[in-house]
Amino acid sequence: MQFLAYILSRLVQMVPVLFLVVLIAFLAMELVPGDPIMLMLGGRANETMLAALHAEFGLDRPAITRFFSFIINALQGDLGTSIIQRQPVSVIVGERIEKTVFVIVYGAVLAVLVALPLAVIAAMKHDRPVDHVIRIGGMIGMSMPPFWLALLLILLFGLGLGWFPIGGYGEGFFGHLWHLFLPGLTIALFLSPILVASLRAAMLDVMGEDYIEVARSKGLSPRRIMFKHVLRNALIPAITVLSINIGWLLSGAVIVEYVFSIPGMGSLLVRSVGSRDYPVIQGLTVVFALFVMLTNLAADLSYMLVDRRVLRK
Amino acid sequence: MPTQAILIAAPGAVRREVARWSVTLKVGSLMLLVIVLAGIFAPLVAPFDPYFQDYDRVLLPPSGTHLFGTDQLGRDLFSRVIYGIRIDLIVGFIITFVPMIYGVAIGALAGYYGGVLDSVLMRLLDTAIAFPFLVLIIVVIAILGPGVQSIYIAVFLVAWTMYARLARAEMLVERSKDYMLAAKTLGYPTSRIIFRHALPNIIGSSVVFSMADFVLNILLLSGLSFLGLGIQPPEPEWGAMVAEGRDFIFENWWICTLPGLAIVVTGTALSLIGDGLARRFGQRHQAIL
Repeated sequence: MQFLAYILSRLVQMVPVLFLVVLIAFLAMELVPGDPIMLMLGGRANETMLAALHAEFGLDRPAITRFFSFIINALQGDLGTSIIQRQPVSVIVGERIEKTVFVIVYGAVLAVLVALPLAVIAAMKHDRPVDHVIRIGGMIGMSMPPFWLALLLILLFGLGLGWFPIGGYGEGFFGHLWHLFLPGLTIALFLSPILVASLRAAMLDVMGEDYIEVARSKGLSPRRIMFKHVLRNALIPAITVLSINIGWLLSGAVIVEYVFSIPGMGSLLVRSVGSRDYPVIQGLTVVFALFVMLTNLAADLSYMLVDRRVLRK
Repeated sequence: MPTQAILIAAPGAVRREVARWSVTLKVGSLMLLVIVLAGIFAPLVAPFDPYFQDYDRVLLPPSGTHLFGTDQLGRDLFSRVIYGIRIDLIVGFIITFVPMIYGVAIGALAGYYGGVLDSVLMRLLDTAIAFPFLVLIIVVIAILGPGVQSIYIAVFLVAWTMYARLARAEMLVERSKDYMLAAKTLGYPTSRIIFRHALPNIIGSSVVFSMADFVLNILLLSGLSFLGLGIQPPEPEWGAMVAEGRDFIFENWWICTLPGLAIVVTGTALSLIGDGLARRFGQRHQAIL
């Protein structure tokens, strides 16, 4: 019951943010200097075509009416129609969601596989040479732009060694795993320094707690203390850091999709901004924002799986 | 120049301060100093004009004359990377420290006064955290078109919130301390109490955070420019240069890899300084973010 009430209150909190997102998406087309229809058509429009499109987009109606019909349509899953691609935005965006989610989840999983062992080693060997190497390595890693990392990986694994494909989405689940390895690795390398740093800091904090001292004086092995007590309690701050950085992860995904020509939402976004395809930009804005908000919600809910005490607070 | 020489040349107070710095802070500051000087004296450091196209010297690999080689238009990449300091470092500096100034001020005021101002601010901060920044910047670019002014607008709208959050939290701790009460009792004006007395004590976490923020902002600028949404060629922006070299990655690896190195070196310098500052300000186990 408590659990449901908590989820409900979090969902209610999302409403004003979502409203702001939809407003900003709406403004994207509203604030464009000049006639958005004209811009999208790139000057190859005649009078009748323009008038028809103006009516279709409702530009002959006042802005406030258009805003409310925009919200109502969006709630029904209708995000408008792309003039350039001559298709409903929901279809264009919809078929790409899966690909972006695959890349992001793949990258996040690889990031955890890279970061967890490094963070545990750094925390266990606190202030020893290994710790310093990991810390400095993290600073260098954090300074590497994802687009540059991606190109380096293409040079090394794609061209030099020829182990992995350097583009495309592949066929079937294992095809995706194979084709998306380099994109996933790029995201992982880009994300893991932040993850290592926050996990390490959280573990060091936990290791200073009294109950760890108790566990130690009971004669538990360092390994058992690390995995049963420290790691579990260090997960919450780490999850927080990951969820705060979900927007950052998403921008990494945009770049990675663009470099590896994966037909996901990120490469669509870059192309749509270039071609001024406003309905698609609006649709992507809403979908991206929803994605970030749902991830934050999932992070909050996962605290409860890790630590039941969160509910009581 | 070795650190020792700078230490001896500096006056006593500076020397004592530097002596308390950690190795990371010293190394990072030295790296940043070299980068800044190279940017200021770019015309002296760069051997060639960064915009000059020499069609007899296209796609030359790195050599003694052309340290980083030349690109498809025969421009000297090393010279372009040096001039790029002026773009990436300056824009990165502006989008980091301008929001920091008013973010800290807003956070300090809200923390000091509390009440309605504070609750309004907290609402704003919660919304800003939940709102995906990427979406905002893309919408601004979609409205205004690609370019640095879109980046300024989007960042100025959002980036101050983190500093306001940090400054507010520190102010809540600080405002009930004895020295603050003493200043109040002495009848000092509130602006003086907040900005002269409290500010030096509440700015530490913001300064530490600003270094990581600076790194991320350089990555943001170069990333957007790489996608063609930020600073446009032929400007020697580092990310834009990597993008230009992408078509030649198979035969001419140096065009897209070496300019990226400039980002890594600059970012590492700033991260080292951030780590050193965290130690200097006595934060125990600093996480990068």
